[in-house]
Amino acid sequence: MMDYFSPVAFILVALVFLAMVRLVRGPTPADRAVAVDTVNTLMVAVLILLGVVYRQIIFIDVAIVYALLSFVSTLFIAKYIGGDL
Amino acid sequence: MIETLIHVLVIAGLIISALLVYWFRDLLAATLAAGVFSFLISLEFYILQAPDVAISQAAIGAGLTTAIFIIAIRSTSQYEGGGS
Amino acid sequence: MIAEILIVACLAVGSFFNILGIIGLLRFPDVYTRMHATTKMTTFGSVFTALAVIIYGVTAYLDSVNSQYAVLAIHTLIAAVALAFTNALGSHAIARGAHRAGIKPVQAVVDRLEEVGP
Repeated sequence: MMDYFSPVAFILVALVFLAMVRLVRGPTPADRAVAVDTVNTLMVAVLILLGVVYRQIIFIDVAIVYALLSFVSTLFIAKYIGGDL
Repeated sequence: MIETLIHVLVIAGLIISALLVYWFRDLLAATLAAGVFSFLISLEFYILQAPDVAISQAAIGAGLTTAIFIIAIRSTSQYEGGGS
Repeated sequence: MIAEILIVACLAVGSFFNILGIIGLLRFPDVYTRMHATTKMTTFGSVFTALAVIIYGVTAYLDSVNSQYAVLAIHTLIAAVALAFTNALGSHAIARGAHRAGIKPVQAVVDRLEEVGP
């Protein structure tokens, strides 16, 4: 049952690369912010899957901290783009 | 095997995002690339079986560093090389 | 056996929707449509991959009564709930900031938020 999680984690890490293409090409800062937000979401999914692959419970807590704290940086970027920071 | 492939992809992404921080003249875009760099280095610590370091890197890199850089950019100019 | 089929189905649905979200991020013309693609698709896909991990934890707990797997399922559930909340709030903040920065939607016919005011 272990064999199903690591290929999906590999697919998601490859998708992080495709999101970085939008980070390079995005014409406005809002496009780049959307790309970074997408990278955040994919990374939380990768952390959960790798926590199962490595069979460590403490690894899931990293994903919780990550999901809650990347929100802070997203809010700061959005406030700066909107001009009311 | 496939963990090795994930490891190679993460290290390649680290190099690419570090080069992007160097390349961008728009400092807000450089800050976003530095955010992606800190996410990927957190995943690297995670793959190297150090979850406590990964937690502290996620807290500092994802939350605090981006916010402090953006506050600094607000106080100075957004584009590199003067001329706001 | 049923649990294994469910895990494979959830992982397939999750990776499929993540791939759709990235295709939308790369192909759509402006900020709002890209955000429309990525927020919904990647949240749905990531919650489904987390659901596969929850099913794995629950079935492993029912097979061998080891509380480690129950902790795995509960923590993954907390992570999925946190992911759903923060992703929706963050993308709404980015959309509001982009509209206030003056980025217009491509080929937009009507803009109600502009009429109402900030």
